[in-house]
Amino acid sequence: MARSVSTVIGYTLREGLRRRVFLAVLLLSLGFLALYGVGAHFAFRDASGFAGPEPKILDPKAFTGATIFGMAMFTTLFLGSVLAVFLTLGIVRGDAESGLLQPLVVRPIGRTTLLLSRFLAAAGLAAAYVLVVYAAALAITWQAGHWAPDHLLGPALALALAVAIVAALSLLASTFLSVTAQGIVVFMVYGAGLTAGLLAQIGHAINSDTLHSIGHTASWILPFEGLYAASLHALISNTSGLTGVVLQLGPFGGSEAASPGLILWAFVYTAGVLALAAAVFARRDL
Amino acid sequence: MAAVLAARALRKSYRGKEALVGVDLEVDAGELLGLLGPNGAGKSTLTKIACGLVRPSGGGVEVLGRPAGSPPARAAIGYLAELFRFPGWCSADELLQLHQRLCGSQGGASERAELLELVELSHAAGTRVETMSKGMQQRLGIAQALVGSPRLLLLDEPTSALDPVGRRIVRGLLEELRRRDVAVLLNSHLLSEVELVCDRVAIIADGKLVQEGRPADLERPRGVEVETANGVKLFEGAGREEAPEIVARLVAAGERIHRVEVLSSTLEDVYLDAVQGRTG
Repeated sequence: MARSVSTVIGYTLREGLRRRVFLAVLLLSLGFLALYGVGAHFAFRDASGFAGPEPKILDPKAFTGATIFGMAMFTTLFLGSVLAVFLTLGIVRGDAESGLLQPLVVRPIGRTTLLLSRFLAAAGLAAAYVLVVYAAALAITWQAGHWAPDHLLGPALALALAVAIVAALSLLASTFLSVTAQGIVVFMVYGAGLTAGLLAQIGHAINSDTLHSIGHTASWILPFEGLYAASLHALISNTSGLTGVVLQLGPFGGSEAASPGLILWAFVYTAGVLALAAAVFARRDL
Repeated sequence: MAAVLAARALRKSYRGKEALVGVDLEVDAGELLGLLGPNGAGKSTLTKIACGLVRPSGGGVEVLGRPAGSPPARAAIGYLAELFRFPGWCSADELLQLHQRLCGSQGGASERAELLELVELSHAAGTRVETMSKGMQQRLGIAQALVGSPRLLLLDEPTSALDPVGRRIVRGLLEELRRRDVAVLLNSHLLSEVELVCDRVAIIADGKLVQEGRPADLERPRGVEVETANGVKLFEGAGREEAPEIVARLVAAGERIHRVEVLSSTLEDVYLDAVQGRTG
């Protein structure tokens, strides 16, 4: 069993290397981080007088740091999700239609192990990628403005878990959708989740219980959004005053403290999605 | 001895359309069974059920006494699909290594080298699949199916992309497998290939088994053809036993005999009679 899992994970890694997926991701990420570095440098420099003569009203360093780092986290989540989706693209139906899957499935490894191994490879890679880019963005932010979030590790782990959920959803979609449809559906779900989070925050700001409930419910249905909002919130959870209030409404989705049980729910949710994917795959004629 | 592959009352329907209707079939160790039939007759469905890719709607298939698709059954089979594809970035050697790991083969590099030699691809061990011709990929597919020394080999149109030399290689390979006591289910449209290598043939049409037996047993006498000084005469329906009497009668009637030939149906005739124009 362990040998089969490691074989499939190795196969996925080699596939990514040989098809130059990782090279493309590396170059794009370096490009993003370079741009982020330039942006962070000028943002901190130009925003130093933003709060006016009374710096206690709005802390410019915290405001600038949390805003641009929030944007970096949004991009990191997006790039990590793109990687997760590409690594799971066409894994079941797409590969079955092209004839790639059948030679593997007839081996003793079994469908469930094969599927879970592909998930482990995709989710593990995407999560590792998110952690690395997060750390790089953090270092750049510190270098540019000597600002660090209130919590360092929590937001990174929440983002890593979020991309693992996206990988699981993409895997489930691959069991019954064609490659193109899978990509479209997963990214629409991804966008819908982030939009729902923003709605919740707007609802909170304008005191609309309905909007807030919609967003809150959506974050449980699509917990990657809840994790993203929680990771944004963790950046400034100890920041008080007007700065803290202003930063509650993030630039790309609102921040919100993690609901009790969100992390546990995210794991249960991922396990449920994978179990459903395995059940659909097990019943599928190839 | 129990059959290596045994299908019993096998049924499969796709959204109400019957693909297999109560098929019973066995393949013994060291036996090469040719599965014939028009497109859409149910040959590939039967093969896919045998290797666990498709679930039957009724009846069942056993491989070495274990339900098809179960881990022990999958461990005993090698399979080459009609429409297969291997990752283009993989070399031939890497592909075989992947399948060795997936089926738990301990054969190592020597097994891979032997398999590539069997299909005459030793020179292409490091060649990427994406740069191989279709024929080379098909031979690599056969090598892949043989990884782990399976007891049952399921080949779905294994020679469809091969040139005559490639087909000869596969014929030699199948004969070698028979010597090694491997059971082979060969699904093919190439009647001449099947006739040359198979011990037994089964013909499926509209999901039903309509003919089964050794090629020689399926052939029927078509008549006796006699060439005389007055032309060629055909005695339809007559067989080998009647030939001496026919010749004696003609000689008695004053005919001069130049040639006598007992005609029997070919596998193609048997096949065409069996499927009766049911083409897919």
